[in-house]
Amino acid sequence: MEWIDNVIFTVILALASFLFAKNANKIRRNIFLGKEINRSDRKGERWALMAKVALGQSKMVVRPVAGFFHILIYVGFVLINIEVLEILIDGIFGTHRVFSSFLGGIYTLAINFFEILAVGVILACLVFLARRVLVKIKRFHSPEMKGWASSDAKNILYIELALMYALLLMNAVESNFDSETVGPFLISGLIAPLFNGLEQSSLHILERTFWWLHILGILAFLNYLPFSKHFHIFLSFPNVWYANLDQKGRFSNMESVTEEVKKMMDPNADPYAAPDPNAPPPERFGAKDVMDLNWVQLMNAYSCTECGRCTSECPANQTGKKLSPRKIMMDTRDRLDEVGKVIDKKGSFIDDGRSLLDDFISREELWACTTCNACVQACPIGIDPLSIIIEMRRYLVMEESAAPQELNLMMANVENNAAPWQFAQADRLNWLEEA
Amino acid sequence: MELNNAKTMAEYASAGEKPEVLFWVGCAGSFDDRAKKVTRSFVRLLNRAGVQFAVLGTEESCTGDPAKRAGNEFLFQMQAMMNIEVLNGYDVQKVVTACPHCFNTLKNEYPQLGGKYTVLHHTQFLRTLLNDGRLKVEGGEYKGKRITFHDPCYLGRANDEYEAPRALLSELESNISEMKSCKEKGLCCGAGGAQMFKEPEKGNKDVNVERTEQALETNPEIIAVGCPFCNTMITDGIKAKEKEASVKVYDVSELLDNTFKQ
Repeated sequence: MEWIDNVIFTVILALASFLFAKNANKIRRNIFLGKEINRSDRKGERWALMAKVALGQSKMVVRPVAGFFHILIYVGFVLINIEVLEILIDGIFGTHRVFSSFLGGIYTLAINFFEILAVGVILACLVFLARRVLVKIKRFHSPEMKGWASSDAKNILYIELALMYALLLMNAVESNFDSETVGPFLISGLIAPLFNGLEQSSLHILERTFWWLHILGILAFLNYLPFSKHFHIFLSFPNVWYANLDQKGRFSNMESVTEEVKKMMDPNADPYAAPDPNAPPPERFGAKDVMDLNWVQLMNAYSCTECGRCTSECPANQTGKKLSPRKIMMDTRDRLDEVGKVIDKKGSFIDDGRSLLDDFISREELWACTTCNACVQACPIGIDPLSIIIEMRRYLVMEESAAPQELNLMMANVENNAAPWQFAQADRLNWLEEA
Repeated sequence: MELNNAKTMAEYASAGEKPEVLFWVGCAGSFDDRAKKVTRSFVRLLNRAGVQFAVLGTEESCTGDPAKRAGNEFLFQMQAMMNIEVLNGYDVQKVVTACPHCFNTLKNEYPQLGGKYTVLHHTQFLRTLLNDGRLKVEGGEYKGKRITFHDPCYLGRANDEYEAPRALLSELESNISEMKSCKEKGLCCGAGGAQMFKEPEKGNKDVNVERTEQALETNPEIIAVGCPFCNTMITDGIKAKEKEASVKVYDVSELLDNTFKQ
């Protein structure tokens, strides 16, 4: 009956993988509800940017403390996964430390290296928990961080701690095996005496327990990710790859408007021309809801891990206005999840009477933005909250004519006098005579 | 040498000549009393360096920047296309402007609409004049003075230019002290994104006061700016902090121009 373990493991692994694939696929579907945008140009630059910003963590270290500890977790996560691969093979085939048989001394070295990484991860998780619970760093306690956002952040750290403890305890128990062959282990060796004096049979049961806790923990964590901001670990790399490479000051050009304006300015255009009856209905200007945004903006929302660097750099937020660029991203994701649920239930999206504008993001937030790009600059993974704010302003101004009154005055002046103030164009050179 | 002189593009064209560069004055530079002084300072520097420059004068109109930031793409593109017709009509190749908003819009948002020019911020152009030896300045009255520079968002983060204005300030042999948040991390003055033209949303402080406080932390004698809107906002901040007597706000080009005053 030795094989029963392997069957159970394989079934659990298959179920966990299936469930994860199903939920990850929903996120993929939601992202592609967004409009098309070509971000596959300039591939060389994109790979270089990803190598520097994602792989190399160049923007994380702008804040050295968080940056350093993030690198500990990031490197630990990526490299310890090599061991997880071994655990999966062991679980399916009933082997024990399958890599050790052909790696020999290198294997012991590798496991010791992973143990050091695990200590790094534990240290980083404890520091991050302390930053959230004890030190009360301001950006972790903004209004949008109440409730789920705050518990999600802590859950992730607790789970990561538990996984690392399980890994170290498993090794520590094994150090007490009579048959132990792969040690000595540097870190777990220190806690091995805890299990001194236990029967060999109990030790084997205990080792198996930690082994199962560790791998079941990983599979449970995997299935937690689609409901957590921690989905970040899958999307941050592609998010950087697809980032905007243009100068930050260049706001997107609306082609549909260009066509209209060209017609308006063409003296030979037929003023009585009827619209093409076969033409599709004109697209909405700007964004009222998530489907009006492009897919990169929607991917941004799922990549965001709510670190709040954007918000802490935002001049509006710093001076007590409601606007928080992080909330813009969180709202976009929450609304997109809501839209996704409607699709799950009804097969396709049917108007649910709600929208990103007003039900999630208020006009007051949108009009508080100075378009200074501090949020875009601050984001370690190239998220662009400003582009969403601008799309929503476009909707407000061009679809609803709902700009603040003072801005309407400014725009009327630009239209009538070619300046945002009420001065005559004929007076443009007066500064010269006043010299 | 008539230092305050400026010829229009139309005058150049009627004489069958072409200037080296077009000085895009901008709405603030044309109408705002404070910004007009900056316009005149920059013109004096151009004349001192012997630059053959032109202005559009009454043919200039708003680039459309505040409309675009406010979300009115229609109005922006109308303005842009009208301006592009004028600029292309004169076969303009090179534009310099003292307004980072005009600079950004002309440089980044006109090309897609058919307006392709080399566009420079006045601090970039002045740096070239100094480097080429066409303009020579001596520190004079600013030697050793404590100056801090406030980065305009649309020159800095939006276009990655942090060094040109600082290079000019170092020519003054002044004592430049940086604010805690400067360059990539520079705090906005509060005027961008069409905020210049409206009251701010409810909060606990005005952005310009926050930024002015950051500037005052460096204990400056002069806060240097490179944007007419920053100039207004920081000047207002100084008034709010009642520091008008001890701290002055100047555009970088004014500081350069002032070194020639005897």
